[in-house]
Amino acid sequence: MTVYKFKTPISEEDVRKLKVNDVLYVTGTIVTARDQAHRRALEFFKQGKPLPVNLEGLAVFHCGPVVSKEGEKWTAVAAGPTTSTRMDLFEDEFIKNFKVRVVIGKGGMGKRTTDAMAKYGVVYGAFTGGAAILAAKAIKNVRSVEWLDLGTPEAMWIFEVEEFGPLAVAIDSHGNNVFMDVAKNVEANKQKIYQKLGISP
Amino acid sequence: METGKLFENVAFNLLKLAVIYLPDDVKQALKKAHEEETSDTGKTQLKTILDNIELAEKYQAPVCQDTGTLIFYVKAGAKAKDLDKVEEALINATIKATKEIPLRPNAVDPFTQKNSGDNTGRYIPYVNWEIVPGDKVELTVMTKGGGSENVCIGGMIVPGEGINGLKKFVVDAVIKAGAQPCPPNILGIAIGGGADISMRLAKRTLLKPLDEPNPDPAIAKLEKEIFEAVNMTGIGPMGLGGKTTILGVHIDYAFRHPASFPAAVAFNCWAARRASARINADGTVEYLTHKLKW
Repeated sequence: MTVYKFKTPISEEDVRKLKVNDVLYVTGTIVTARDQAHRRALEFFKQGKPLPVNLEGLAVFHCGPVVSKEGEKWTAVAAGPTTSTRMDLFEDEFIKNFKVRVVIGKGGMGKRTTDAMAKYGVVYGAFTGGAAILAAKAIKNVRSVEWLDLGTPEAMWIFEVEEFGPLAVAIDSHGNNVFMDVAKNVEANKQKIYQKLGISP
Repeated sequence: METGKLFENVAFNLLKLAVIYLPDDVKQALKKAHEEETSDTGKTQLKTILDNIELAEKYQAPVCQDTGTLIFYVKAGAKAKDLDKVEEALINATIKATKEIPLRPNAVDPFTQKNSGDNTGRYIPYVNWEIVPGDKVELTVMTKGGGSENVCIGGMIVPGEGINGLKKFVVDAVIKAGAQPCPPNILGIAIGGGADISMRLAKRTLLKPLDEPNPDPAIAKLEKEIFEAVNMTGIGPMGLGGKTTILGVHIDYAFRHPASFPAAVAFNCWAARRASARINADGTVEYLTHKLKW
């Protein structure tokens, strides 16, 4: 387990150094996108429209923050990750089209995303689910918000962050996926549990 | 104070207490889990959770950004006054809490996908009513996270399989849920009644403190057995592996139809937020789960 601290824009070369179970902290720009923002970003790409922010080398964060606004200034009050599996549907295309280097979320992602991460040089950093204040304290500035018509949880928030983490590298760019390993282990344990409980499988 | 306003103030305080301060039993269980976890990654996750709980209290901010779907439970004394003002008061408290604490607006019209922006909408906040003897009103709020809600499951067990069928149903539900519900979780399990009744009971039992096993020793034993079995899965904190997959199990039941064996598993995330208060007929208020901090 090695601890890495990267600044955005992050290069493919740097990302390739990371292995599962390493710990990563990101400084620079991270951009939130949940289900609706992923969908819209991909629609924009199809229509040849530019995104409000160039995502190349940045981190995309699966997050719907609690925010407050004083005058024109937004503040992130609480900003932990949401379940990433819902974005599996979009993430391979998203990675390919927008060249993000880090995907931050919780709960892990599946084979399609893992393959895309290996192909394009991206890692998945698991942030502890619910650790919303820890996340918010690393957000030093809300640079802007786009697509607010989607509602505050689904909008695209552009955050400037300092040492955002700890992110557990749970999918690396070499085809390794901690969540898939845990699932295999759990499947093996299931038989033992059935036996202990006297359940016929 | 006018009773409607009193209900509103108490509901606002409960929302604020619930989203910022986790109940002591949940904090204790997380601390114990952190001490006992053997996986390095799992231990780091639990440490991050404990740090975050402290920060939330320090900054008086919601412990998790998903401040949940707001669900109220009202135990209304049949002789209590102004019960017709309760629902309006809960809606007002919700709007105020969303703006002032703040809470994340989490009420979306499922047809238009529009977010109402203030956590209210058709049937939301949801109110569960129970009429009890007396003149007091007990208000409880559960702010229920979406990640753990997405894996709640109801089903029908073959009656011939009985409790063994239930055990398999629960183990399979936890394994299927995996990392999604922000483990370590709390499980509310209920059987009997009907499809709706079992789920309602399962969810309500999540309001019980973790150090309060079922008073029926046979059911308490089953709670313990399921607790130990599920923690053998290896899912671990945040699904990254480890021995802490759940913090506790609560079981409730209703009698069943001879042909049916409804079962339900309600998941709560580690941020198991709840708060209760009792409003007496003379207008005095007792906070039951928390000390009022302001």
